[in-house]
This record gives sequence, C-alpha cells and structure tokens, in this order.
Amino acid sequence: MIVDPVTLIVALITISTPVLLAALGELVVEKSGVLNLGVEGMMIMGAVCGFVTANEVHGYATLHEIVWLDRLAPTLAFLAGMAGAAVLSLIFAFLTQFLMSNQVATGLALTLFGLGLAALIGVGYEGQPIPEVAKPLPAALREIPVVGPILFSHDFVTYLAIFAVFAIWYVLRHTRIGLVLRAVGESHDAAHALGYKVVRIRVVAILFGGAMAGLGGAFLSVVYVENWVQGMTAGAGWIALALVVFAAWKPGRVLFGAWLFGGIAALQLRLQAAEVGVPVALLDASPYLVTIIVLVVMSSNRARAALNAPAALGKTFHASG
Amino acid sequence: MIRLEKRPTPSRAWSLGTPVLAVLLTMIAGGAMFAALGQDPFETIRIIFWDPLFHERFAAFSRPQLLVKAGPLILIAIGLSFGFRAGIWNIGAEGQYIVGALSGAAFGLAFYPSESVLLFPGMILAGILGGLLWAMIPAVLKVFANTNEILVSLLLVYVAEAMLASAATGWLRNPDGQGFPGSRNLARHPGTDNPELFAGTGIHWGVLAAFIAVIAAYVLFQKHMFGYQIKLAGQAPRAARFSGVNPGRMVLLCLGISGALAGAAGLFEVSGPAGQITIDFNAGYGFTAIIVAFLGRLHPIGILFAGLLMALTYIGGELAQLMLQVPAPAIQAFQGMLLFFLLALDVLSNYRIRIGRAAAA
Repeated sequence: MIVDPVTLIVALITISTPVLLAALGELVVEKSGVLNLGVEGMMIMGAVCGFVTANEVHGYATLHEIVWLDRLAPTLAFLAGMAGAAVLSLIFAFLTQFLMSNQVATGLALTLFGLGLAALIGVGYEGQPIPEVAKPLPAALREIPVVGPILFSHDFVTYLAIFAVFAIWYVLRHTRIGLVLRAVGESHDAAHALGYKVVRIRVVAILFGGAMAGLGGAFLSVVYVENWVQGMTAGAGWIALALVVFAAWKPGRVLFGAWLFGGIAALQLRLQAAEVGVPVALLDASPYLVTIIVLVVMSSNRARAALNAPAALGKTFHASG
Repeated sequence: MIRLEKRPTPSRAWSLGTPVLAVLLTMIAGGAMFAALGQDPFETIRIIFWDPLFHERFAAFSRPQLLVKAGPLILIAIGLSFGFRAGIWNIGAEGQYIVGALSGAAFGLAFYPSESVLLFPGMILAGILGGLLWAMIPAVLKVFANTNEILVSLLLVYVAEAMLASAATGWLRNPDGQGFPGSRNLARHPGTDNPELFAGTGIHWGVLAAFIAVIAAYVLFQKHMFGYQIKLAGQAPRAARFSGVNPGRMVLLCLGISGALAGAAGLFEVSGPAGQITIDFNAGYGFTAIIVAFLGRLHPIGILFAGLLMALTYIGGELAQLMLQVPAPAIQAFQGMLLFFLLALDVLSNYRIRIGRAAAA
C-alpha cells in the first residue's frame, strides 16, 4: 500500500492546525460583522515572529546554558507570533473602525504589507536552528497501536486548536458575550441603539482574529516546517477565509473543512513521494482546486448560504450624532 | 472632542490631494523604517525616489527601466479599475498574468523556429485569450454559482503558479537547454520578440499597449454608456438593476477586461524584458497593480502616474539594495505602507472633521 492510513491521519491533523486556527479567528471577526482579508498577512507575521523568537531565545539559552529557558522557547515563540499578528491586525482595526476605510481594500493592504514586513524581519533567519517542541502527552500513550499516534501524538497547539472549536462554539451560542458579538454583526445600528459599543467590540474581535492567525502561523514555522521560508504560508490564509464561507460561519464545520483541506494536502504530498503518475502540478494545485470546488458547492444554494452569513458583514459603521 | 461628519458627496479636492499626501507620509514612515534598519533615512529616500532618474552614473540605465516596469503595472491596473469601480474584486491578476504569458509563449514556441511576422500578433491574441479565460473561471462561478470572486480569483493564482512550474520544468522546457528549467528565449528569436521600439526609452509593445489602454479607459469612463453603468453598479447596485444593468453581465465584462489586460501584460513581459518562461517568472506585478489602481483613484490618468511612481519605487528599491544593501523585501513593505496611508487618508475625502461638541439637533 502506498499510503499508510494512520500516518496520513496524523499528518492531516498537523497540516490542518494552522488553517483551523486562522479560520476560527476569522469566523469570530466575521461574526462581529467585519471582513478581514488580511489573514494571509497576519499568518505570515505570526510565522516570522514565532520563528525569530524561537531562534533568538534558543541561541541565548544555549550560550548561557539555561535549560529551562530553552524549554520555554516554543511557548515564547507562540506568544510572540500571536502578539506580532495582533499588532498588525491593530492597523486594520484602526483604519476600518476609526477611519471607516473600505474593509476589502484594507484587508488586501494588510496582506501585501504583512508579506513584505515578514520577509524583511526574516532576512537571515532561513535555516537557523530552533529548539524541538516537546510533546505534551507521555510517550507510552503514543505507543498504543493506531489510536496512540492518531489521538495522543500531537502538539499542545493542535489540542488547543480543537479545544478552541468547542470553546468558540459555546461562547457564540450560549453566552451573553457571544450574543452581543452576533448582534453587532447582524445589525450594528440596532446594537448601537441598545447601547453596545460597536467599535470597541469589533476591535477586540479583530485583535482576537489576529492572535489566532498569528498562532497558526507560528505553529507552521516552529512546529510543522521547523524553518522560516519567505512566503511560506503559501495561501493558507486565503484557504482559511474560504473555510469560513464553506463552514457557513459554524465552528464545527470549520473543523471538518480544515481536516478536509489537511487530508488533501497530506495525501497529495504522499502521492508525490510515491510517484503514482499523476502530474506534479495537478497535485500541487489540488488543495486550492478542492477548496474552490467546495466553495462552489456550498455557495450555489443561495438561500442556504445567505442564511448564516452575518447581515452586516463588510459594512462600515459610523455612529451619527 | 474630535468628531467625523459624513460629507454629502466626497470632496474633490481631497480625493486629488490624498494620494500626494499619502506618498509624503509613506516617505516619512518609510524613512523611519529604513532608520530602524540602520540606514540614513534621507539618503535612502533620495536613492529610491531621485537617483533612478537623476543619478549621474545609474540614471542612464535606470531611466528606461521606468517604462519597462510601469508598462505591465499600468496595463493590469487599468483592467482592475473596471471591476473595482463596479465593486467586483478581481485580486487574482497575478494568475491571469501568468496564464497569459504561458499561453502566449506556448503559441510562439509551437511554431518554432518560424520567424513569420504573423507570429507575434498571434502570441498577443493567445496571451489575451489565456488571461481572459483564466479570469472567466471566477466570473462564471460568481454568476452561476454565487461563489465569492475574491477567494476564487486569488486561489487560482496558486494553481497558475503550479502550471508555471510544470511548464518551466516540463512541457515548455527548452529542448536544447541541457535539462535546465526554463523555456527557449523568446526575446532573442526574431518573430517572437517584443523589442525596445525606440532606443534608450524602454518602450516596447506592452508600454504602447498600456498607453492605449489608458486612453481607451478614459474615453469609456467619460463618454460611454458602459463606463456610466460600471459607476452606477458600484455606487448604487439597486438603482443600476432597476435601470436595466444586468449584474451578471457586469461581472463577466469587468473580470473579462481585467483578465485580458493582465494576460496581455504577461505576454509582453515574457517575450520582452523577461525573455523566457522560468519558474519564478512572475514578479508580483499582479498584486502591486492593486496598489497602483487605488493610488490612481481608479481613474485612468491617475493610474498612469501611479504606475510610474510604483515603477520608480521598484527601481529605487533595487538601487538601494545595490548601494546600501537594504534587504529586497523592504520595498514591498514600503509599497504596502503606501496603500495603508492612502486608505487611511480617504477619511478626509468622505468625512469632515469637526472639533468640539455636536450642536443639539
């Protein structure tokens, strides 16, 4: 057999983690009525900030032989990735919420600027060493056949991402904060009339989206690829945006979509290695093609697609008076 | 307290003034970025904006480069401005540019070693058709399956890049190239080349096409019903529909025009300045053209100037890399910054700034 199903499932869960995190963040942003097309830019900022932090802390800890600091390096890297992307998203928040700029154009600007800035920060870091990220669960659990690798072999961030699916579902569906957030996203004028701070709520949502995209980016560079490469997100941010539409703004479906994407990506890598005779270009393009096809299937039923979309998505809010 | 008051109509003076102000602010913020990189900010800004045109040693080389780089940017941005005016967001021009170059080059190479005078016009048509068809994918999906054109057009860029890689290493690879990736050189073969038409100016067929596109778009926007319908569809979609503008037709036309122009730009580039299909043939013109379109206020004449200015930052950036070892991505961040300032300053054309408390109504 060319492809071992167990390693394939393990790989798909790892590959889907960055997109899952970014898509969950964007889901919250869009639920608040804001369309941030800068996910790709925020992810790559997270990737570079995370990698640079991991490398610098590792270098410092090795030089001074501080073992605990070296062990802490990945955690610091994840936090730095989140912070870097959140700071970048703050520019988007300021422009769209306070200066009422067009969200589509500003999001694009965020992606273009983020890709440039990340490349600039990352100059000289390609191929630099970073510490290995320790697995959170004991090795004995991983030894269990089939179930062990699939359930217990993952990184802390992967478990966190899956936990976030439930957490975000619960908060949006069953808490007051979630209700207010959705109200702002459905009708900012009504929410404003009820006395909710529309702009403040949206800024917090945008920052949350930035931090989630940043964590996804940092996971990509620090855990999955273990390197910094210019433009390494390669459209993952755009796929995350597509997943939100695909999932009809439901967290559970985002998880399903991320696994579908991860599955295709993991499978095509294995098929390339096995040289099965399918053109490499087609395999390379397959995650993007599948995303497009799924988008088409989801969007073609107009009534159903529109049912769950936040009514105020992408609209500018300006409190008059 | 500072308040913003919506203007009944956008201020004309500010909408002309903001691009200039945005460039000035970008120079200041960019200067700060270069200072943070350990460079003299004034010297760096001078090298980027002044030296490419007036430096005694480099200007002779870099001045023609201005039009070489501005040509594709203007051509693509003019196409994008149609859709952006109508609220149709084609952000996959980079992909249409690649597919245009691929189909144009494939057409030319199919007849190799022919040197017929009909070859180059055929390549132009093939390039236009390639870009057009690639843009029709998001357009048709938008019209018939209600799919978001932003995401589809962008995702297709990655598909086009995969096609480019397979062309450069496979089906378009130079058979006499000792197995190295890359196609035959089109620019060094009579019949398929897109030469410099006037020595020392950098003007090739693509630059002429860009100028023609500027004039055509100007006439279309100012004098033609179609230009008016685009504006109407963008500013008042409901009113447009009542007046008989078919939104589906609008999507197909706007994406078609931008795809065709981006495809043409790709063909002119591959047969001229680039010379051949390589894995990294695309240089991001399709994305920078988005900045050009906005900086030019989606107006043809504005886009002409914006394209020249962005071309200047490309050349100046390369010069700064050469003279000061400024890292190459710095200029990309610099260009992104410009778009931010531009979008931020738009508040001045759409809103009036009032200081003090609101008067009781």
